[in-house]
Amino acid sequence: MKTIYLDNNATTMVAPEVLEEMLPYFSQYYGNPSSMHSFGGQVAKKISEAREKTASLIGAEPDEIIFTSCGTESDNTAILSALDVNPGRRHIVTTRVEHPAVKVLCEHLAEKGYLITTLEVDSEGSLNMEQYENSLTSDTAVVSIMWANNETGVIFPVERTAQLAREKGALFHTDAVQAVGKIPIDMKNNAINMLSFSGHKLHAQKGMGVLYARRGTRFSPHLIGGHQEKGRRGGTENTPAIIGLGKACELAGQNLIEENGRIRELRNRLESKILNLIPNVKVNGGQPNRLPNTSNISFEFVEGESILLLLDQYGICASSGSACTSGSLQPSHVLRAMGVPYTMAHGSIRFSLSVYNTVEEIDFVINTLPPVIEKLRNMSPYWTTDQGVCKNL
Amino acid sequence: MWEYTDKVREHFLNPRNIGEIEDPDGVAEVGSIACGDALKLTFKLDENKRIKDARFKTFGCASAIASASALTEMLKGKTVEEATAITNQDIANYLGGLPPEKMHCSVLGQEALEKAIEHYKGVSHKKPDEEIVCACFGVTDSEIEQAVRQNHLTAIEEVTNYTKAGGGCKNCHEKIQAIIDRVYDAVKPEEQPAARPKLTNLQKIRMIEETIEREIRPSLKHDGGDIDLVDIVGNRVLVATRGACATCQASQATLKGFVELKLKELVSPELVVEEVLP
Repeated sequence: MKTIYLDNNATTMVAPEVLEEMLPYFSQYYGNPSSMHSFGGQVAKKISEAREKTASLIGAEPDEIIFTSCGTESDNTAILSALDVNPGRRHIVTTRVEHPAVKVLCEHLAEKGYLITTLEVDSEGSLNMEQYENSLTSDTAVVSIMWANNETGVIFPVERTAQLAREKGALFHTDAVQAVGKIPIDMKNNAINMLSFSGHKLHAQKGMGVLYARRGTRFSPHLIGGHQEKGRRGGTENTPAIIGLGKACELAGQNLIEENGRIRELRNRLESKILNLIPNVKVNGGQPNRLPNTSNISFEFVEGESILLLLDQYGICASSGSACTSGSLQPSHVLRAMGVPYTMAHGSIRFSLSVYNTVEEIDFVINTLPPVIEKLRNMSPYWTTDQGVCKNL
Repeated sequence: MWEYTDKVREHFLNPRNIGEIEDPDGVAEVGSIACGDALKLTFKLDENKRIKDARFKTFGCASAIASASALTEMLKGKTVEEATAITNQDIANYLGGLPPEKMHCSVLGQEALEKAIEHYKGVSHKKPDEEIVCACFGVTDSEIEQAVRQNHLTAIEEVTNYTKAGGGCKNCHEKIQAIIDRVYDAVKPEEQPAARPKLTNLQKIRMIEETIEREIRPSLKHDGGDIDLVDIVGNRVLVATRGACATCQASQATLKGFVELKLKELVSPELVVEEVLP
């Protein structure tokens, strides 16, 4: 059975070009880039090339790039650093819809005595800007707002919010794990102090993160040890992963046009056909201002895990914000923050595409989904057929 | 991804007995869409008062659908009395087990069955003194207590896996812990008032024996010790220590601080415990 992978916001395939680039650095050129021999030195040169490519994707300078082990490490480092360099300020501003790497850290910091403002979003998933502006005080140490939401793809106005934070003397961090590689980002044109992203969301390997730290932004390392990353992150470099990331960033830059053209069209095709064929369906955060690859769709009166496991029978991979799949007993915190009713929240499915998806795959999903939803609705106590039936193509 | 057994997968992909029976003998609806799973169960009896047909409709995950499917299969051919004996563990066993976090799906099945049988018998489900403990998922104290007793649950996390109680805002965790403690610590508050009826000697002896057996011995055995009741003279309870207690420096403290305290609390405040050599 062919796998149709529409879960690219969870993780992505390592691109063949990336893998090829990495392979020699496992057992052939395995030297330590810090070594004083040319065997290690040649690896250092490759790392600096990778750093340039990584910086280039987001319009940064190479020395603003810190390689880390994952997006979570980058997020944690950024926020803890901002608190560390601003010991007089005890206030953090964030949102209700952050990834756990930021959300749970902030909850932890609240227990430690920091004051946290958690910004609301509206039913479309957009930030309450008035609440944001009112929340900033002279006590605010750091603002952490994601660039784009992982579940809905909704894009936040981080460039504007960063400017407002700067005016209040607060540092601004953004979790851009879902944004980098999907939409154009140019750090030369904004006031963002720190930005996190992750290799495995853009066709590099897992266990590879990036923290951008703007020149002139005071920084306090989280992993303290060796001189690597100019003392901002100790630990021997993960050389194959870094070199692979460099290639992945180069490819992502080249693919931005396709991502925002062909992939956006495929996503729109999937979405509009589903809305057309299946009654009682809603797109969550379906505003124009969102990532081109993401669609979060709720199917009323059915439960997400059941949908996923039936799709799994056809090789289709997606994810859900239902309670049963989140590992907790409540549906996704993002959908709850948006006020999505329970009848919809438990039946939400996220499709997230990549440049490797084809129109044939999307059409296969469009054909497969209506009978799957119909089957589950037929056994749902809340569904009556007078509410409509699913059409087939 | 959950590790479902082949049987769970099979019942999820090909659920048996979907639907509703018209004019059923027993019917129940449990759960809610807010909680993430709901089950409507109907059954019909034949002329011999055996369950001829059972059907379900479920809103929920794969294990909720499989549990409901399994339950309807288990019900067929049983009398109502036989059906009453089905527990959530039986449903889970029928499916070759459920992941711990999904045990609440089997509990939902048992709840539906109980309610449907109550409907058939024409008795009310709601017990008058029931209290909602978990407001997030609407779970009552008696539901939690039943799950704790039936499945020998000892931790809040397990109670959440089986009943969902405590899985939301967590504000009820203290109350859940109190229910767990109550189940394992049979101190019944209503037995404590000072105005206690005077016991006959025979009653007193029997109660002392029972208290030692039920309340005291399990704790001592847990630490590798034991005691034997040797004699009861008036209010003097004469015991001999065994096992680890016999050589334990702290056994006097245990006898006074634990054994005597329990007997005073549960039998009569006048009792004193004394150690005798075996």
